[in-house]
Amino acid sequence: MSGSDVGSRDLPEGPPRASPPLPPALDEPTVRATSVRPGRRERLAGALQRNVSLGLLVLVALAATLAFPDFASRANLSNVAIQNALLALVAVGMTFVIISGGIDLSVGSVFALGGVLAGLGSAWGPVVALLLPLLVGLAIGAFQGLLIGRARMAPFIVTLAGLLFARGAALAISDQLPMPIQGEAARMVGQSGVAGLAYPVFIALAVVGSGAVVLNRTRYGQSLFAIGGSEEAARLMGLTVWRSKLIAYATTGALSALAGALLASRLGSGLPTAAQGMELNAIAAVVIGGTLLTGGAGTMSGTLAGVLLLGIIQNLINQVGNLGSYTQQVVSGAFLLVVVVVQRYLTREQRL
Amino acid sequence: MADTSVVSRGHRSGVSDWLRERGVYVALALVLALNLAVTSNFASTGSIVLQLIEVVPILLVALGLSLVIGTEGIDLSVGSVMAIAAGVLPLYLGYGAVPAILITLAVGALVGLLNGTLVALVGIQPIVATLGVLVGGRGLAQVIAGGQQQRISDDTIRALGSLRLAGVLPVSVLIAFSAVLVISWVTRRTTFGRHVVAVGGNRRASRFSGLPVRRTLLGVYVLSAVLAALAGILATARLGASDTPNVGQLIELSGITAVVVGGTPLSGGRVRILGTVAGALLMQLLNATFIMNNLPYTYAQMIQAVIILVAIYAQRPGVSS
Amino acid sequence: MAHHETLAQRVVDPVLEVVDATVRFPGVTALDEVSFTLLQGQIHALVGENGAGKSSLIKVLTGVYQPDGGEVRYGGQPVRFDDPAAAQRAGISTIYQEVNLVPLMSVARNIFLGREPKRLGLIDYREMNRQAAAVLDRYGIGLDVTAPLRSLGLGVQQMVAVARAVSLDARVVIMDEPTSSLEAKEVETLFRVIRLLHEQGVAVVYVSHRLDELFAICDEVTVLRDGRTVHTGRMGDLTKASLVAAMLGRDLAAAKQRQGTTHREIDETPPVLRVRGLQRTPVLHGIDLDVRPGEVVGLGGLLGAGRSETARAVMGVDPVDRGTVAVDGTEIRRGSPGAAVGAGLVLLPEDRRNEGIIPNLSIRDNIVLAALPRLSRAGVVSDRRADELVSTFMRRLGIRASGPHQKVRELSGGNQQKVMLARWLCLQPKVLILDEPTRGIDVGAKAEIRDLIDELAAQGLGLVLISSELDEVVEGSDRVVVLRDGRIADELAGDVVTEAALLQALAGRAIDLTEAAADG
Repeated sequence: MSGSDVGSRDLPEGPPRASPPLPPALDEPTVRATSVRPGRRERLAGALQRNVSLGLLVLVALAATLAFPDFASRANLSNVAIQNALLALVAVGMTFVIISGGIDLSVGSVFALGGVLAGLGSAWGPVVALLLPLLVGLAIGAFQGLLIGRARMAPFIVTLAGLLFARGAALAISDQLPMPIQGEAARMVGQSGVAGLAYPVFIALAVVGSGAVVLNRTRYGQSLFAIGGSEEAARLMGLTVWRSKLIAYATTGALSALAGALLASRLGSGLPTAAQGMELNAIAAVVIGGTLLTGGAGTMSGTLAGVLLLGIIQNLINQVGNLGSYTQQVVSGAFLLVVVVVQRYLTREQRL
Repeated sequence: MADTSVVSRGHRSGVSDWLRERGVYVALALVLALNLAVTSNFASTGSIVLQLIEVVPILLVALGLSLVIGTEGIDLSVGSVMAIAAGVLPLYLGYGAVPAILITLAVGALVGLLNGTLVALVGIQPIVATLGVLVGGRGLAQVIAGGQQQRISDDTIRALGSLRLAGVLPVSVLIAFSAVLVISWVTRRTTFGRHVVAVGGNRRASRFSGLPVRRTLLGVYVLSAVLAALAGILATARLGASDTPNVGQLIELSGITAVVVGGTPLSGGRVRILGTVAGALLMQLLNATFIMNNLPYTYAQMIQAVIILVAIYAQRPGVSS
Repeated sequence: MAHHETLAQRVVDPVLEVVDATVRFPGVTALDEVSFTLLQGQIHALVGENGAGKSSLIKVLTGVYQPDGGEVRYGGQPVRFDDPAAAQRAGISTIYQEVNLVPLMSVARNIFLGREPKRLGLIDYREMNRQAAAVLDRYGIGLDVTAPLRSLGLGVQQMVAVARAVSLDARVVIMDEPTSSLEAKEVETLFRVIRLLHEQGVAVVYVSHRLDELFAICDEVTVLRDGRTVHTGRMGDLTKASLVAAMLGRDLAAAKQRQGTTHREIDETPPVLRVRGLQRTPVLHGIDLDVRPGEVVGLGGLLGAGRSETARAVMGVDPVDRGTVAVDGTEIRRGSPGAAVGAGLVLLPEDRRNEGIIPNLSIRDNIVLAALPRLSRAGVVSDRRADELVSTFMRRLGIRASGPHQKVRELSGGNQQKVMLARWLCLQPKVLILDEPTRGIDVGAKAEIRDLIDELAAQGLGLVLISSELDEVVEGSDRVVVLRDGRIADELAGDVVTEAALLQALAGRAIDLTEAAADG
């Protein structure tokens, strides 16, 4: 191979190379899409992980339709919808919190407190019956968010304390008895609906929709991703980290209490013992829906799929009949473990 | 500027150091004094022994948690492990009480091994790793138990729950007391115990010193689960029935509270067994105060929440250290 | 351009100034009346060894620290930034060594985080991606702006950080070791971007320990040492050797006069430590190292040359791509510090606080930590033997403390270091690697530790000595292996182990010593 050959092969389209190579002209991009090695595979795996809940949902729904004729009946589907609408409300807030790198274990208790407060407030009419739980839930969430964001206390322990406190409050206010919802109007919200679907289903859909918009199309949503992805970087880039966290926990508190109020309205009374362990279902749904439990990535559509997937599995377990309702917990737990391990391998540090 | 902030930080840590070191004993003494003064029938052997019986499960779970927290970890699965133990125990009573207990403890160890593997080998954050068992474990226990409360008729097991040595000291309390001694000895005298505080105190330095960091982490999660399984067995024995849906509900919270209130920092590097014991007793007495005075138990719950927050706030790391 | 007329004026105006800044911590003065002037469009190198005060000065510039004395002026006005975000809003952006962006978010979302373009109140992604691509294009970087940042190479991530800074209308960009993990090609691209910034009148503070880069890109240089400014001037007025001399505080001419201390010739006994072809891209390239019993091998090199990296890779603390480490002829398992310790190979790490001591444990527990298996039977530690060992070593090393149960965090740096040494010596190791053993400790303890090194060598230990202090390396070592950019660049042995020769080797052998000495 001769020397001139080498030169022309190095620069097939350009002029012959001058002896000290000149830096390339600036108007030409010099770093070309350096999507390095793991990039493509990683994106594929990421896409898979994001959509796996949706895919599974479709599969399970199809299988259920074939196996159980009752499954696709109007009555059963609307039943599935109402049963999961409330969990969906809670899961929207939980998605915010988990994407920001936190966790909220207080949602089940705040849910129960919301129901009790709805009963308490219904004495002053339906508006108070909804507003009172909403505001108290917001306040509890905001206080937790303040401790987590400002005092930098660990989210799990702050919200564990919140779990205890809210449950205690619910039991104390109700004197450990169901708190009846007074007035027809306040019960209407939960009990009636249109097109065979109860109002709470529409409320949940609206909240999930707005949650998706907030998450993806607002600066606030972006700040949650940034904080969960790298809190230090978010701070250095000028984001007010504590405020974003506070809002996330306040939203979760408000939505959980609202969901509890809706259940109380539907049942005709607020049960202080309602929704025990709901925090675990909400977390499972969010994580199965593809949100990273370590924060920084997730979607609202995934969360909805996760909620429905768990809901349908529960529905099937009920239809089989001889399986206890607790089987669903096992499924959730196993799901959670697998998803968490997979996530760990997908987000492993690529740095040196 | 830097000087003043350092001084004020030192001052703050002085107060919180004191709270951390002595707070639990002072609080325990106060609650005890309050009860002696106010609560009728409190100052009797019977009522004090009752308090000790009640504290056994929390104490056992808290012992394991104090080791896990000592390594800068957390174990949320303890309540579910108790449920699993309650579910497994009746299955093997046919082979006799001792084999059944051993098998149950082994199942607990297996769950601990799962948690430990996820933390030490896969590298998942402890809170996330143990969440899976928290979510699924209780359901699994109910699947194992067939979803029903099962009465336990085995005499040995029932004796574990009701027998009192010399007519006073319950066996379960004795077992818990032995566990305290053993764990305390392990933390003070064994290489494993030293490794726990070293790994929690500075994991990087421990690695640089060639310590078996992974093995130590595996060990604490296994121990925590075994102690939780033991707690599950004793709770079942006391009740005379396997109550998988309810046994150990929220005990992770009481356990973590006992550990933290007892002065073991969530940031690891320190294990205070005596403090943990005092913390568990404090939580128990607090509950008893309300119950024995016919006050709604729910207020005790709310006060417990406040105590947790105060304890954690007192030991939160300095803002800029 | 409306600004055109003021261009000449802009060039001479200082954009950012630090006047007599002092930063004190308990027991340490990090900055001692340091002044620093950055002109518009200037590329200003900031150099110094570890602990010289570079990072403190950057923290003063970006509002992390408020100076105890002196002031910061920005655009001629005294300013006070509460945090880096405030400095950023004012136009001072910092690019950190570890890229401080969000790895899971896309390139465009990173560039526009916190100020995303909106349409009808919602984020307009098309517009955002278009603008992001445009910003990157201006610097000759074409990439898929929707790709998650973490899928890109570190060099490209660095570019994205720069793009974010300039799109924030930064007037000052501070780059803290931007090239430490970049490949040669990526460095070229970064330089082109820096030159473009310079043309646009953006001032750059460039912190690096790579001499070639400094000379290639910077106009002006400020050298810090021990918290003071020791030199400031045109880059072109210095040679590499004189710059190194300024950083290390060594007068070249004087160094040349001094004779090296006597160095023992070690005979051809088989090496107790044998390292072959250690590779850890991009920080280490094919490191070979032999240490014989009784020999002290110095590892020379400037900050970032790969000295500590070599030590950590040899110990198995950092993962390596290739290479073998053998102690006494037996190869040790890769990636296991435990196996290394078991084989008798131990490391006194550079970062005592994070990698050495366990601050909340007692002196006793810190000393016996690695020796626990030897002090115990069936996992139970013999307190009696531990106490004996601890008291022996506390006496032998002269550890001054209220007693063996005092917490290590309460000790002085020198005593902490002795505790670390005791932890290793009680294992009776075969090879001891010392990474900056005397950093941050007082003069008395320094001398004691240096004497101890000689004593250990005399007892037949193989020692590897890493130190930024030239005289420590020269006087302490029998042989010096010089690293540059992660490669072995030179080796000095016997009578050639002198400060002058080492200085020359550090700066690169191309420089003629006589010329350099005349210059210094």
